[in-house]
Amino acid sequence: MAIQHVEFANVSFALPDGRPILRDISLTVEAGTTTALLGRSGSGKTTLLRMVNGLVLPTAGQVRVGGLDVLSADKIDLRRRIGYVIQETGLFPHMSILRNVGLILELAHAHPNHVALRVGEMLRLVGLGEEFADRYPWQLSGGQRQRVGLARALAGEPGFLLMDEPLGALDPLTRADMQTMLRDLLRRVGKTTLIVTHDLEEALFLADRVVLLEAGRVVADLAASEVRMSRNVAVREYVAATHRGESA
Amino acid sequence: MSEFLRQHGAEIGRLTFEHVWLTGFAMLFAAGIGIPLGILLTRKERLARPVLAVANVLQVIPSLALFGLLLPVPWLGERAARLAIVALTGYALLPILRNTYAGIRSVDAGLIDVSNALGMNNLQRLIKVELPLSASVILAGLRTATVTCVGVATIAAAIGAGGLGELIFRGVASVDNELVLAGAVPAALLALAADGLLGLAEKRLAVRR
Repeated sequence: MAIQHVEFANVSFALPDGRPILRDISLTVEAGTTTALLGRSGSGKTTLLRMVNGLVLPTAGQVRVGGLDVLSADKIDLRRRIGYVIQETGLFPHMSILRNVGLILELAHAHPNHVALRVGEMLRLVGLGEEFADRYPWQLSGGQRQRVGLARALAGEPGFLLMDEPLGALDPLTRADMQTMLRDLLRRVGKTTLIVTHDLEEALFLADRVVLLEAGRVVADLAASEVRMSRNVAVREYVAATHRGESA
Repeated sequence: MSEFLRQHGAEIGRLTFEHVWLTGFAMLFAAGIGIPLGILLTRKERLARPVLAVANVLQVIPSLALFGLLLPVPWLGERAARLAIVALTGYALLPILRNTYAGIRSVDAGLIDVSNALGMNNLQRLIKVELPLSASVILAGLRTATVTCVGVATIAAAIGAGGLGELIFRGVASVDNELVLAGAVPAALLALAADGLLGLAEKRLAVRR
């Protein structure tokens, strides 16, 4: 079953000691769109992202994925239908690229031949050759590893893609290449995507919509095309901070 | 030398076999208890401190004293070899337990996160990610434990459990250096061999990052 959309309904999250991380967030991520969660470190954007696949559970409110409450959903089943990419990729160092990418299929007990075919397909999709299948993560560059991370997230044909600072650890040039690749890819595969970043340019380049978080609250929620024109104070501050170097 | 070997060769062989047998069984038990218990401790963090403390006490008691303490214990004290294996198991436990616990806990939190996000259940995560990534650390614990065991097993002769210590003790009692060496040299070689072999395996299991 494809996941159509994700809804956050009055979602809050507090740490066990009572410190609030997210406060009363209501948000709908429409099917087929790419939404960027933007904000400074500690604004709660990663926590919000991790609620979609139940890695973090809300302390109040409800997160619904494809209409299903995450709290009561079968987490294992839910997670297998959601692709997840993190910074530094989280590739397993003891597994070949073939196993890393095919892991989600391996977990679903797919036939090895089918896994190998699918992995080859995924590697081509992210611009790597099939010859990468037999290599290990340490033999790859940062950009290549990130591509493998993406291939792994897509291998299970997820309806939804979560990306947490997927390009955070790359140098600017590799990062730009990856952004271009990622944008083309997202358009082609048409997945509903939620991407966490603190980089405004990246958010505007990749996403249809930008949600700005500050201290656990949504302070702006607008189409990517409206960001530069926005009169929202928080947005203007973020834009100004991004372009500080240019006016100096 | 050759005259000595002709006279004692068979006995050295028998006692070496006994030594290996004592150590082997103790290691089997210690690994059988230590590895699963170490894994359990990573799941029940609250238990980690007290359990490791108990294992630590076992390790700290001087070996001869531990043999002495176990001697009056009803079922144990009846057979020296039985007692020796139990005591050796106690000694081997701490390094195995500690390394299993520490090894699994040292697995990168990001990788645990990804394992969960990929929809692995607890067992899959353990088998596919945590154990392979901590295998060399666990093996390092087995290696320390084995070497300790081979050493402590020489003392088991003091309570009549046999092993190469028997030659050493007899040699000391009769001021016969050749006899002492007949026990000491094979015991030392056993320890070195165990250390070398397990060290090799440890290297093979290490994951390149």
